[in-house]
Amino acid sequence: MIEHLIPILAGTLGAAVPLIFAGLGELVAERTGVINLGVEGMMLVGAIAGFAAAAESGYGVTAGLPAGALAGAATAMIFGFFALSLAANQAACGLALTIFGIGLSAFIGQHYVAYSLPGLKPIAIPLLSDIPLLGPILFKQDWVVYLSFLAFAGIAWTLAKTRLGLLLKAIGESPESAHAIGYPVISIRFGAVAFGGAMAGIAGAYLSTVYTPLWVQNMSAGRGWIAVALVVFASWKPARLMLGAYLFGAVTILQFHAQGLGIMVPVQFLAALPYVATIVVLVVISRDRRVLQNNLPASLGKPFLP
Amino acid sequence: MHLLEPRPHPSRVMRWTAPLIAVAATLLTGSFLFWTLGKPVLTSFHVFFIQPLETGYGWSELLIKACPLILIAQGLAIGFKARIYNIGAEGQLIVGALFGGGVAITTEGMDAAWIVPAMVVAGAIGGALWGAIPALLRTRFNASETLTTLMLSYVASLILAYMVNGPWRDPEGMNFPQSIMFGDSALFSILLEGSRVNTSLFITLAAVLLFWIFNAKSFMHFQIEVGGLAPAASHYAGFSAKQTVWFCLVMSGLTAGIAGVGEIAGPVGQLNLNISPGYGFAAIIVAYLGRLHALGIVLAGFLMALIYLGGEAAQVSLQMPYAITGIFQGMLLFFLLGSDVFIDNRIRRLV
Repeated sequence: MIEHLIPILAGTLGAAVPLIFAGLGELVAERTGVINLGVEGMMLVGAIAGFAAAAESGYGVTAGLPAGALAGAATAMIFGFFALSLAANQAACGLALTIFGIGLSAFIGQHYVAYSLPGLKPIAIPLLSDIPLLGPILFKQDWVVYLSFLAFAGIAWTLAKTRLGLLLKAIGESPESAHAIGYPVISIRFGAVAFGGAMAGIAGAYLSTVYTPLWVQNMSAGRGWIAVALVVFASWKPARLMLGAYLFGAVTILQFHAQGLGIMVPVQFLAALPYVATIVVLVVISRDRRVLQNNLPASLGKPFLP
Repeated sequence: MHLLEPRPHPSRVMRWTAPLIAVAATLLTGSFLFWTLGKPVLTSFHVFFIQPLETGYGWSELLIKACPLILIAQGLAIGFKARIYNIGAEGQLIVGALFGGGVAITTEGMDAAWIVPAMVVAGAIGGALWGAIPALLRTRFNASETLTTLMLSYVASLILAYMVNGPWRDPEGMNFPQSIMFGDSALFSILLEGSRVNTSLFITLAAVLLFWIFNAKSFMHFQIEVGGLAPAASHYAGFSAKQTVWFCLVMSGLTAGIAGVGEIAGPVGQLNLNISPGYGFAAIIVAYLGRLHALGIVLAGFLMALIYLGGEAAQVSLQMPYAITGIFQGMLLFFLLGSDVFIDNRIRRLV
């Protein structure tokens, strides 16, 4: 059992990375009152852009992640134009972005189906990685995993302790008041949406250049939607989002270890676990309306025209 | 100051011209896309939107693709009016196909007239059940149907993958993930000699009529519409919000399930992993493009079918990836949502 436990827990951290980046990005956008259901599409565009950049430049992941971030932010701007500048229905615009992103990424990805990338080697942090049990789990990971810790810390701190965080939350609670005081609500929301797109793009690029590392059409397989559900599960709090992402990382990684653990279930049933878990988690969190109501950004999903 | 300001009254003209503007904008952006890809714009245009309709066979293929889209969109439109966003029709289609396919596989070798009707009923039940789960989760636990319906789509496609890889795999299918090819008694009969158009066409036709009457005459529809437009008024009038949720999700699941049977007992002829090229998602666009109106949906369904055919033609004649279909679908929905803004708003006059 214990010989399985360390690889499972260590793998969980990697499997959670796409959910952490995509989820944190969506969390920031939703805190400003914008719900972008296009995470899946932005992730896929980020995945192919990252993969293409990594393959063509020869710099691998170092080029792939920034390219994914840029591509994710750029596709988020399309959403921004329709949902923010024109104040169209946000949920439907997000859906359009997902359909568009699936198509666009498959279109570009046509040229990259046969490629494979080297991926990333884990970096063992001196001393810390020697701690029994915790060391190999936490401190023998690739650098993007460490980056995900930093992203969490940065976002949690910004939201809780800085003026910027306060402003973002204020806009999410009452765009009218923020506008009346003189803040450019639409521009700030644009910024938050672009940030969300960049984070989703990084999540996608991690999948295609590190986690898999291959380009496969539709490879995010619903992770973007799971990230959206995680934000609800987290009741818009970064720390709970991390918890949720690791929970889902564990569920995802379990299917690769099931046979070793002696679980004889068809692969498709194991592959369905994350989706079923998402439903269960949504049910659990939504059951108590007060928890949702108390944390829900008051203007979430409502179009705003100054 | 923002460029837009609210109109004193919503514009009726814009409500019906918005889809046309969206289509025009999609074509324009599409041409730009062809141009940037270095394809001759006019030729590409011809291949994508005209060539599929130059032959009688092309029109019959258009009909085959339009039917499931129209059928699913009719069911979805009812829910969208009540602001119940079922975006998992793809999964309901798959479960419908599984139920219908189960009938076809267990009656293999039998020759009876009731097999196809039984498949349709089974498909309707399957789709309705898959729609009932999110309805239960929404009414009992307040869980957002948008996410649960979509998650259930992924689950449905994995169940399908399990069935055609496992219990229902064709023993003589060279290990391909597919069921046996259905016999004639488990297939809709061909209507037009030399084409794939079959009697499932009548189901879609009947559905359009039924939904048209339902939308115009029924009290349930009134209740649904009030619930969507003014939830508080609906509550005050004593309409049951839960009943609406159940009705909309079960009804849209049911139509999607029947559409699934239409595919496996029609052009596909078996259960495999490609029983639907994303009809469940495209039907969402069809419903909105058709203004959630039974007849508008018919027109929109044909347009969406043309985009599918155009994508196939572009793949053959222009060596373009089939994924271009998804790009066009996404653009169409974006432009439609953008034009819809001008129903309630207008551009601010600067003087």
